[in-house]
Amino acid sequence: MSSAFPTHTGEPVVRVSGLQMTYGTHDVLTGVDFEVRPGEVVCLLGPNGAGKTTTIEILEGFRMRSGGDVRVLGEDPAQAGDAWRARVGVVLQSWRDHARWTPRRLLEQLGGYFAPYSTPEHPRPYDLDRLLDTVGLTENADRKIGTLSGGQRRRLDVAMGIIGRPELLFLDEPTAGFDPQARRDFHDLVHRLSDLEGTSILLTTHDLAEAERLADRMLILADGRIVAEGSAEALTRQVAGSAEVRWTRGGERFVHATEDPTPFVRRLFEQHGEEIDDLEVRRASLEDTYIAMVAKFESGTRHDPALAEVSR
Amino acid sequence: MNPTRHAIGLGLRRGWTEFVLSLRSPQDQGFYLFMGVGTLAYLWFNRDTEVEGTDLLLPSFALPSVLGALLAFGVVIGPAYSLAMEREDGTLLRHKALPHGMQGYVTGQVVYHSLSLLPLLLVLLVPSFLLFDDVMSNGAAGWATVAWVCVLGLLATLPLGMIIGSVVPSVQKVGTWGMLPVIVLTTISGIFFPIQAMWGWVQVVAQVFPTYWIGLGMRSAFLPEAAASLEVGDSWRTGMTVLVLGAWAVFGLLVTPRVLRRMARRQSGSQVQEAKEAALQWVK
Repeated sequence: MSSAFPTHTGEPVVRVSGLQMTYGTHDVLTGVDFEVRPGEVVCLLGPNGAGKTTTIEILEGFRMRSGGDVRVLGEDPAQAGDAWRARVGVVLQSWRDHARWTPRRLLEQLGGYFAPYSTPEHPRPYDLDRLLDTVGLTENADRKIGTLSGGQRRRLDVAMGIIGRPELLFLDEPTAGFDPQARRDFHDLVHRLSDLEGTSILLTTHDLAEAERLADRMLILADGRIVAEGSAEALTRQVAGSAEVRWTRGGERFVHATEDPTPFVRRLFEQHGEEIDDLEVRRASLEDTYIAMVAKFESGTRHDPALAEVSR
Repeated sequence: MNPTRHAIGLGLRRGWTEFVLSLRSPQDQGFYLFMGVGTLAYLWFNRDTEVEGTDLLLPSFALPSVLGALLAFGVVIGPAYSLAMEREDGTLLRHKALPHGMQGYVTGQVVYHSLSLLPLLLVLLVPSFLLFDDVMSNGAAGWATVAWVCVLGLLATLPLGMIIGSVVPSVQKVGTWGMLPVIVLTTISGIFFPIQAMWGWVQVVAQVFPTYWIGLGMRSAFLPEAAASLEVGDSWRTGMTVLVLGAWAVFGLLVTPRVLRRMARRQSGSQVQEAKEAALQWVK
């Protein structure tokens, strides 16, 4: 199957501007802006309680926003109808539903809802045997769902999310509770969906290695808004002292943080030549970058409680 | 292809599948067996007791009442538990994520809980006919009455179960909000003793709700004409039965879709997640 959207251009599939969400007096989202372009895999990162799930649920149409403008596949998810629903895939984390059913029977039943929205260019739902093969459930297709392992259950969750061959897929912490093998299989699956089907994907995760491997672009959500976005490399470049140079000279160890390691190392050799030993240049990982960024923006919010304490 | 009609078709298949899976499940087989054995034991030990003021034996009198009570009880508590449970375990959210999924889901629930009445009626009726005499006094006309009382009773009570299941805060609360009121209502509805034995105002309350009328309808189907003298007003009050049950059915048809829509609107992944965490707390 050829990709429907070979390049990441064209009208964005998700456009969020000034998105606000308030629970009571607590502002979770204060002004979120971002876009997802067709065929793109975008990862939403952020500390617990930053509002990642809230953002995704607003885009899925499962939660009403307090303010701002949201367009998903050209429609407002708060008002979109069933035809829109048929184009969107949501991977849900449930835990004990349909225990008596088998994966095959359940997928057949749920896939049926997409049949009225099938077109010659975009047949729906997914062919059942192909879907089972894609998510790696063929061998367990006729077992009771209640007897599946946690990993198999999550594969089934993914299968249910993509059965309608969605143009846009939402994944909220998709690999939580996966073992390393299941995680790798899942990453392959996301790549296949994105490359072969041209599916646009928005996912949240806590696993930065996962974000780096899957996403074309990352958004860091902190303090109720997007504080940084870009590829892993672009984000890493934004943090000062993005590399660390270590060496020994005359039996003594040295460490130096720099943004530009190459000229530094050149000067180092010019100065000391043969004396330099055990040279090591380490680029800041995405994790270092992420922690530095979140710390920077979260420190802003930590000031507020401090002020409240003064007034008491 | 009309998507709504298509979704209702899928819901019918869903309900049938749920029913077949339930029949195969040892848990549900155990439930039917328990209900059957329990009721029959009660009737068997009272098989020689005469109902005061008639020449009827207790099993003949009590069986139709018990059938009516079980119908009303099962069809309210069944959907109430199902809905509360499936709100928490994500079944409902899955359907919300599908085009026209809620229509299919609700259709499936209606079909499943309606069909679930059949095994319950069978485990009570078949052994009763073998064990007791004079169970059905009115022949084919009586069976016709059983059929319409069942259908009208379903229409009157099933929506109530769905409303309870939609508004209870959690599965654990179905006991307090659903089970308790229904048990109280069953007790005062003339199932185990005639309604006239109670204070006047209790009789009035009982006659507002469907349970009494389903029991009365069932007695009118099974018992001889003379037994009507045991009822309020010495009559089966068939017209009134149709009227009260019909009114509840109309109420259900008007209110339930609204309640279900409101409940579905509030469903989200984080709600399911919270329920999961709460449930795991219970396990620990």
